[in-house]
Amino acid sequence: MADIINFTIDGKECVAEKGISILQATQENDIYIPTLCNYEGVKPKGSCRICTIRTNGQFATACTTPVADGMEIENNTEEINDLRKSIIELLFVEGNHFCPACEMSGDCELQALAYRFQMMVPRFTFQFPKRDIDAGNPKILMDCNRCIRCKRCIRAIKDEKGRSVFAFYRRGENIKVHIDPELGSKLTDELAEKSVTICPVGAILPREKGFRIPIGQRKFDHEPIGSEYKH
Amino acid sequence: MSKKITIEPVTRVEGHGKVTVHLDDNNNVIQTRLHIVEFRGFERFIQGRPYWEAPVLVQRLCGICPVSHHLAAAKAMDVIVGAGTGDGLTPVAEKMRRLMHYGQVFQSHVLHFFHLVSPDLLFGINADPTIRNIIGVAMEYKDLAVQGVMMRKFGQEIIKATAGKKIHGTGAIPGGINKNLSIEERDKFLKGEDPLNVDKMIEWSLGAIEFFKNYQSKNSELIDNMAAFPSNHLSLVRKDGAMDLYHGMIRAVDANGKKILHDVDPQDYLDYIGEEVKSWTYMKFPFLTEYGKDKGWYRVGPLARLNTVDFIPSPLAQKEFEIYKAYTKGKPNNMSMHTHWARLIEVLHSAEMMKELLNDSDLQNDNLETKGNKVYEGVGMLEAPRGTLFHHYRINDQDLIEMANLIVSTTNNNTPMNKAVEMVAKEQMNGHAVITEPMMNAVEVAIRAYDPCLSCATHALGKMPLEISLYNKNNQLIDSKRK
Repeated sequence: MADIINFTIDGKECVAEKGISILQATQENDIYIPTLCNYEGVKPKGSCRICTIRTNGQFATACTTPVADGMEIENNTEEINDLRKSIIELLFVEGNHFCPACEMSGDCELQALAYRFQMMVPRFTFQFPKRDIDAGNPKILMDCNRCIRCKRCIRAIKDEKGRSVFAFYRRGENIKVHIDPELGSKLTDELAEKSVTICPVGAILPREKGFRIPIGQRKFDHEPIGSEYKH
Repeated sequence: MSKKITIEPVTRVEGHGKVTVHLDDNNNVIQTRLHIVEFRGFERFIQGRPYWEAPVLVQRLCGICPVSHHLAAAKAMDVIVGAGTGDGLTPVAEKMRRLMHYGQVFQSHVLHFFHLVSPDLLFGINADPTIRNIIGVAMEYKDLAVQGVMMRKFGQEIIKATAGKKIHGTGAIPGGINKNLSIEERDKFLKGEDPLNVDKMIEWSLGAIEFFKNYQSKNSELIDNMAAFPSNHLSLVRKDGAMDLYHGMIRAVDANGKKILHDVDPQDYLDYIGEEVKSWTYMKFPFLTEYGKDKGWYRVGPLARLNTVDFIPSPLAQKEFEIYKAYTKGKPNNMSMHTHWARLIEVLHSAEMMKELLNDSDLQNDNLETKGNKVYEGVGMLEAPRGTLFHHYRINDQDLIEMANLIVSTTNNNTPMNKAVEMVAKEQMNGHAVITEPMMNAVEVAIRAYDPCLSCATHALGKMPLEISLYNKNNQLIDSKRK
């Protein structure tokens, strides 16, 4: 039998199995912590920082920090939520996110988080970076304007030999996600579909299938992201 | 010393424009120009985007008639995905799009007439502008105002049911539609509680036509003479000559009704239509190439459509069409202000068509999409509320758009609107060196007969107020008024 530990989150007493992450522990206790780069079944990376919580006076990412016995976690506070909101705003201004014409509008996790955290106008200056569309792959299309560099695709989409189909290319502000030409050309229908599903924004698109889901039937049309959790 | 008057911004019109009027030493008008001074550039920034994005992206040109752009782009993309040039869609896709379009024409025409134009008719062109507006109508003519609001709401609800949203939806996709109409949605329109049902919309549409006819009979001097001038007229017509706002062949007639463009395929529009650029406006000047820039310009919109079609394929609208045609003894109607009469007949036709479509069980089918052999270029045309709309796209072998050409209704009406402005300016301003508010409004009334929105034509942003400036012959500003 696994060791059970006790912790509190925003003063609420919770229990969890020892060794799991704070994110998993809170989810098991029906408590919502927002995530973006995290994806179930893929090793956490902690790169987007949207799941930032505070424990014992220190900020930490809930997806990569193990829960510990006696831990006191601050999650749904004004300060932390404002920090999360500022991260969302930074992601919006850093790319070219034109939701009105994006086929992932309504299914986009970044957009859904912006709604949940009531982002009206970003407090940062739009960068309007010049980015391109990689339309060379026969099954998927990469719109780099919308990529938030969460690495979900790089971490999750691998061929039968475990090789990543996607990779980072260039460095710093010029970094971009790139489809390996050789592996990309052999992309199966299943992996192509998975890569579209795993992208939290509209950066990886299926070819010639946009806007097939009517408004009203999209993932976040009726309830905000995180509504599956009670708290 | 000659002078120049500028009307800027033009009000109760969406978009941004100005009118300049040049006067000679005796304060007589020697030249007028309607300038569209903003630039939006959709044709450029759609380049490089995937083709299936076009119907959703380009509709952002406009908040009043986005459905027209949505559907015109979708029709062009139908050609590109090999779904034919108007005859290849499944019945449910074709009929859902038509329902969306008639809902759009209905609500847009209602907005145009009730919200933007009726204050001029009800209170008079010279009335106090603080009363001569939609709030004034609501205060003084409550029943009419309520009808306008509820009719617009009905049209908007039809759009929401077919496109997902009242403004900027996503219903049409290349080769089809993304949803059908449920029985529950259908019954809301057929059997909805008064007044939001299609029968009430038909009744109110008939009432609006009666209102206009009555107004016209008492004010025929104004309605028949203001900005009346001969012109060519162009629109799509169905193959049998019927009015069809969603699809057809391009037909043009001259001021006497003689056919000068004989029902040509929209895919070939470049063989017949040219566009002239002038340095003083961002809006281009289309013309029939066979007749040249000076004689080939034409009008589009309700007035033009009722001049080009042979009949209207819905019984009540056809009856009103016959009365309308009898007024000009069957000849083309060249009276700008009669555009409102024609518009209201189209409101009735749209309501009748919505009823016919809502009763069609094809709308509940599930076969939403068609595809065939892809081609790299396509043209989509339809009759938008303000007139004929051209969308033309070319894509590359990676599915990205590399060329777009949009000729919107307002652009088609560029020369006629300039003519109308010139006529009214001469009538109102000859002999006057000072601009008065009624003078400004008279010019706006002429523009509004054609179009309450100029933004799509240059793809401009924001609303369109009017500014008038007065210049002397040395181009020095003498007087300027802005609303």
